[in-house]
Amino acid sequence: MSNPILSIRNSVKRYGPVHALDHVDLDVAEGEFLTLLGPSGSGKTTLLTAIAGFTDLSEGSVSLRGRDITNEPPEHRDFGMVFQGYALFPTMTVRQNVGFPLKIRKRPASEIRARVDECLELVQMGAYADRMPSQLSGGQQQRIALARALSFKPQVLLLDEPLSALDKKLRADLQWELKALHDQLGVTFIYVTHDQDEALSMSDRIVILKDGKIQQSGIPDTLYNKPRTRFVADFLGKSNFLSVKVKSREGDHLECVAGEAAFPVDATGHAGTVGNSAEIALRPERIRLTEPGKEFLTGTVKQVSYLGERCQVLLTHSVLGQILVSCPTWKSGINPNPGLQLGFGWDADACVILEAE
Amino acid sequence: MPRLNDQTRYWMLVLPALAIMVIFYILPVLGIWEISFTEPATGFGNYVKMTESNAVKTSFILTFRVAAITTVGCLLLGYIVAYAISNFVSRLTPLMMALVLLPFWVSVLIRSFSWIILLGRSGLVNDTLRDIGLISSPLRLMHNELGVLIAMIHVMLPFAVLPMLANMRGISRSYTDAARGLGASEWTAFRSVYFPQTLPGVFSGALLVFVLSLGFFVTPALLGGGRVLMISEYITYQIQEFLAWGLGSALSVALLVATALVLLIAARFVNLKSALLERN
Repeated sequence: MSNPILSIRNSVKRYGPVHALDHVDLDVAEGEFLTLLGPSGSGKTTLLTAIAGFTDLSEGSVSLRGRDITNEPPEHRDFGMVFQGYALFPTMTVRQNVGFPLKIRKRPASEIRARVDECLELVQMGAYADRMPSQLSGGQQQRIALARALSFKPQVLLLDEPLSALDKKLRADLQWELKALHDQLGVTFIYVTHDQDEALSMSDRIVILKDGKIQQSGIPDTLYNKPRTRFVADFLGKSNFLSVKVKSREGDHLECVAGEAAFPVDATGHAGTVGNSAEIALRPERIRLTEPGKEFLTGTVKQVSYLGERCQVLLTHSVLGQILVSCPTWKSGINPNPGLQLGFGWDADACVILEAE
Repeated sequence: MPRLNDQTRYWMLVLPALAIMVIFYILPVLGIWEISFTEPATGFGNYVKMTESNAVKTSFILTFRVAAITTVGCLLLGYIVAYAISNFVSRLTPLMMALVLLPFWVSVLIRSFSWIILLGRSGLVNDTLRDIGLISSPLRLMHNELGVLIAMIHVMLPFAVLPMLANMRGISRSYTDAARGLGASEWTAFRSVYFPQTLPGVFSGALLVFVLSLGFFVTPALLGGGRVLMISEYITYQIQEFLAWGLGSALSVALLVATALVLLIAARFVNLKSALLERN
């Protein structure tokens, strides 16, 4: 990456024997919407607070446009931050909250007033300037926290699970707004979440963390369709995992077997030596269901779960075990009932060979 | 057995305590009100005497001054203690909490006598200072207002610490973090974000200490040695030494009214209900 705005090098954070961050390297590009995604305890929040300056690294460095800021206190870093619980100051009005960073920077009152109005308009909260935070709903507080973090035009905006306290529908709406705001302002966003939908829908790039280490990073499409490890395939969406043996190879085209079942696997970029065993991830929505005999495998329906737009079918196969299939309800054409025999199969490029962990 | 409704059950629970309060507290207090208007003669005689007496005036001024200084002293010391306990993660926190509460289990009398041992002419403090050569003749540390103040601040400190502690424990660390993340120095974050949130605790601590100090008897009596006559000791003198029941009662009524006035004035600035009853 040429000229990253933020570089984290070899960062380590130890809490006793536990490594909250284990030699993490990360570059953030100017204007990027970067998401740190991982389960709780993965180190994503530690990484964010280390960037913000609230966590002192045990080893490693953080630099901003090439300037080392590892030992600078948070107030000198000039990053906007939106906290998980919003942390709006309860003794100040909305206007005072949003103007707080500007007041600290000793801007003239008229300028503060104009900028606060501008920021409140930006988050569609112009009518609420004189309310107290306690008089606002969770979603409104969220917007004010965002306006406050943006009011002093920070170089980077850090967001620590800002939507986690909101209900599902509001969260979905705010995801659109956040993304639109990012595109409009061009500010670099670093966003921490444990919610894969949030990560996939907003990010330019996702970094998946586990046990203080980066597992994989890339654009949402790559992470979803070409996960490198079982952890990533499992954490980002749902996957079926198949243990197979490589029977033959022609270029990038593998023929794999599991018991009597044989099927094609696309192995672009993977070794896949003939005779070795491999683990394969297969997305439920890439599996086709048909009448028995029309596809290369046959299974029995064990359970069906209706989700409105989609329908999930749990099949059992004599060798592969349980296979989860997800099909759109509007075109499935078949009516899966428990006990029914169905054919199922997939395209070669639906399978991903996983690296051993 | 018929089911009692909530109203009846509530009154059955409250009634014993209420009866004790009325019989042994409210009625005697009313009796004092009565005495103040009837002894030695019916009328406002005691109140007239009270307002004309310079000694009473001096005692009231002294009482309010001691109570005010005690309050300020307790708030300053107590704020630091409460801040340290609630803002720093330490293995010592439970011990510090115990040390704040411990004085409640030791009688005020014992704590006041301890101060006499410490502050007397040849007390621990004076002896030590003389031994290391800092002073040649002992300092007057008690039987004056200074001694009363030292011991009063010590006795009242927990009453200031506890409400402030309850308040500060409810303030999330994320507010000061947020302020610093937005560019405020540690001091600015404290002053403009943290401190305003602790004001309810400060007010309820102040009120508690001030009101308790106004009517405090044991400590001023022991450490003052008869030279620092706060109003409650003055009342005792009237009744025990001069058998002036009427004047003593009138002074009690005046103290009660003065205390009520303080609460009334405070109520204009603080929400008393939340300051005294709801420990958030």
